[in-house]
Amino acid sequence: MTIKHSEEYREPELARQLVAAIRKTSNKPVQLMEVCGTHTMSIFRHGIRDVLPQTINLLSGPGCPVCVTSQQEIDTFIAYARQEDTIVATFGDLLRVPGTDSSLQKEKAEGRDIRVVYSAFDAVKMAAEQRGQRVVFLGVGFETTAPTIAASILAARDMGLENFHVVSAHKTVPNALEALMASEAVAISGFLLPGHVSVILGLNAYRPFFDRYQVPAVVAGFEPTDILEAIRRLVEQIEKGRPQLANAYPRAVSDTGNAKARAVLDQVFEPVDANWRGIGIIPASGLAIRDSLAQFDALRQVPVEVAEAREPAGCGCGEILTGAKIPPECKLYRKACTPENPVGPCMVSSEGTCAAYYRYHG
Amino acid sequence: MCLAIPSKIVEINDNMGKIDVAGVQREASLLLLEDPRVGDWVIVHAGFAIQKIDEATAQESLRYLREAAQLLVEDEDPDAAATG
Ligand code: SF4
Repeated sequence: MTIKHSEEYREPELARQLVAAIRKTSNKPVQLMEVCGTHTMSIFRHGIRDVLPQTINLLSGPGCPVCVTSQQEIDTFIAYARQEDTIVATFGDLLRVPGTDSSLQKEKAEGRDIRVVYSAFDAVKMAAEQRGQRVVFLGVGFETTAPTIAASILAARDMGLENFHVVSAHKTVPNALEALMASEAVAISGFLLPGHVSVILGLNAYRPFFDRYQVPAVVAGFEPTDILEAIRRLVEQIEKGRPQLANAYPRAVSDTGNAKARAVLDQVFEPVDANWRGIGIIPASGLAIRDSLAQFDALRQVPVEVAEAREPAGCGCGEILTGAKIPPECKLYRKACTPENPVGPCMVSSEGTCAAYYRYHG
Repeated sequence: MCLAIPSKIVEINDNMGKIDVAGVQREASLLLLEDPRVGDWVIVHAGFAIQKIDEATAQESLRYLREAAQLLVEDEDPDAAATG
């Protein structure tokens, strides 16, 4: 069966032509960074690295939400799981991320009530069904996910739920791009901007970043020809010396994005400084629950004590998230660290660069 | 966490939609979508429809992509290639 709005963009002939166009245009060595875990997976799955000319080096940036979550935040999640009379609701990919001395999965094995949900709204329903228990939802993700959690908080308010709380560890993308450009770690020649973050934000949200750094930046979709077309445009801009902010995913991304989702996001959250694994504090790159909805903020309603966190010894996940290293350059890769036995989050999440390398490069 | 494949809204009950992705049906909240209609193609993320696919733009950009890719390749002049 054909999958509409998907299969057309997998057409092998079109992909071949785009690759030929890229090969023809590309002369200068360039480093292009994608900042979206779904791009990382798609690039590996479709073998896009293998068909590009040697001049093009694709780097994976901080695009995997679970991976950029700081160790302190992971430890905080674990502390909530240890609370009495608490159900922790979480997306599945957080379970196996190692904290300083435990993981949600270990806590679950020890009998803590940790439940995997597909949507934050499932956690609201859980709270409605079990009013005697506190439900704490672990909020991780970028601008794509944060509105879904914001809408869930508003739903909980409308339902009069007093037992639903969220730990907001969300991160936002545009300021992280600035931090990557400001850092000396890697020279980035162009960015593949995330598709679904841009669905919400719209192209215009990157304008201040682009005006400041004048670095080629193209929004890309997730099918092979979407990604190849975005790469083709980046290479063309670089070769011509004319950087642009462009949209190669117009069927889903507009200049202004999803205004309704952004209004929900703004109603619930406000910008706050956030700590990114591998990068550190980036100003105004996180989302805190506003005072007006403080009753849903786990951090304020049910504060937990967390000792100073330690990242796993020898794990280079932080450097991998900034493109400074690739997984085989980590001493633990494939030895102490495998998807069955992950040492760091980059090997846990299917969107993590180490996991993608392991799966597709061996 | 992203589901990159668009889904079709087949039924709407208040703010919940029944969506179909390649023959598999699921529920998705429509709270973040402006004016959802049965028959719309949408992107679904973490249980919420977050955007409609713009059908006209989709067709147009595919046509553009096909034309541009073909032109760029046909354009190739083997003698000029060596000098870049
Ligand atoms: S291979 Fe494992 S230990 Fe090394 S950087 Fe990746 S996640 Fe960390």
